[in-house]
Amino acid sequence: MSLAATKNGNALILGLKGRLDQDNCDEFRDALAPHLDSAGRDRLAIVLDLSQLEYVSSAGLRCFMLAVKQAKTYDGRIVVAALQPMVAEIFQISRFDLLLEVFASVSAAVNAVSSLPPDTPTSPA
Amino acid sequence: MVVRFWGTRGSIPVALTSADIRDKIVQALLKASGRSFASAEEACTFTREELPFSVNKTFGGHTPCVEFDLGGDEYYVCDMGSGARPFGAHLLARQHGRPATVNIFMSHVHWDHIMGFPFFGPAYVPGTKIRIYGCHDVLEHAFRLQQAPPCFPVAFDQMAANMEFVQLAPGKKQNVGAVSVTPGLQLHSGDSYGYRFEIGGKSVVYSTDSEHKLDDVDETRRIADFFRGADIVIFDAMYALADAISVKADWGHSSNIVGVELCQMALAKHLVLFHHEPANSDATLERLLMETRRFEELTRKGPMLTVSSSYDGMEIEL
Ligand SMILES: [Zn+2]
Ligand SMILES: [Zn+2]
Repeated sequence: MSLAATKNGNALILGLKGRLDQDNCDEFRDALAPHLDSAGRDRLAIVLDLSQLEYVSSAGLRCFMLAVKQAKTYDGRIVVAALQPMVAEIFQISRFDLLLEVFASVSAAVNAVSSLPPDTPTSPA
Repeated sequence: MVVRFWGTRGSIPVALTSADIRDKIVQALLKASGRSFASAEEACTFTREELPFSVNKTFGGHTPCVEFDLGGDEYYVCDMGSGARPFGAHLLARQHGRPATVNIFMSHVHWDHIMGFPFFGPAYVPGTKIRIYGCHDVLEHAFRLQQAPPCFPVAFDQMAANMEFVQLAPGKKQNVGAVSVTPGLQLHSGDSYGYRFEIGGKSVVYSTDSEHKLDDVDETRRIADFFRGADIVIFDAMYALADAISVKADWGHSSNIVGVELCQMALAKHLVLFHHEPANSDATLERLLMETRRFEELTRKGPMLTVSSSYDGMEIEL
């Protein structure tokens, strides 16, 4: 699974395509690993653009959860955006919409992660 | 054969409260909106045809106990949760004093699965044969322990029925009376076992208190093989998937989503959601059933999988 990557301000946008299930979970994890590294290094939030993702199984949802967990170890943030209607329903039925940060569009996600970067000091030091 | 559900709740029995009953009546009255009914029968028809299940009925609150009714004097039942009490009363009424043989298949010995046994009437009737089957070596110990002082006034040995514990081996098919049964190891604290029954050409899988980790392809295949082509799969769907694999990971339970996926993989015919979370109201459980049916529809590739949610008193004819 290849992840199309683009940078937008404070966000690293990664586009997923096709299906995510038990058969290609490892592939997704391997493809994500270098981006997690660079996002951690450059203090970028990751926006997973799911507009091309047609289906996600329970194992695929678990991959998202693990990625979010992994990002948290370096105070990073991963959000998902632009879910197709079927994937959005699967998120809702599985209650993953309560577990992950879900945005209606990539731009909404980029705005959200840009407005409050994780480690921005809120007052002058 | 009739599969009859005497207890479908997980972990601890629950009961409707006064407020729950009032809310149901209020909703029914609102739905009737001033209509009058000429007879009780007409009113019954209204409740059946126009009220949702969660207003008209309840999922009930007894812990696991599921009977396979083949007729005759020999009984087959999975687990002895609190549903074993009404099951015992039903059995005694049906037997009219005729001695019965009761074959009990134990998923494991957690309290919610054994707590009904001290209240299982037939166990106090001389001449009843009770055979308790399971794969745990602590099976007999657990049954005796829950009736030992200071926890219960009647010791196990004071029960009049003829008791026998029978050790089963996981993966090994065995004939018990009119059924053939294969136990399968499941992931749960202290281990649990699912049972695949072949009964007169039909197959029923009882798989409760079982967690599915999703990261092990071989394990997923093993479970799907255990469910393969089953007419009914009774499945632990206690939690939402998001909870089952995050905050409630390693709590030993599964979700409706994984139930559908495994049954689709196995080409099973009928998924029955089971071991309901005690905190879930009738309305919540009804919504979960609708969502599960929707998920099945969204992800269907082959033939349709029927999805039901078990409730105390439900019967499925097979
Ligand atoms: Zn249980
Ligand atoms: Zn248990």
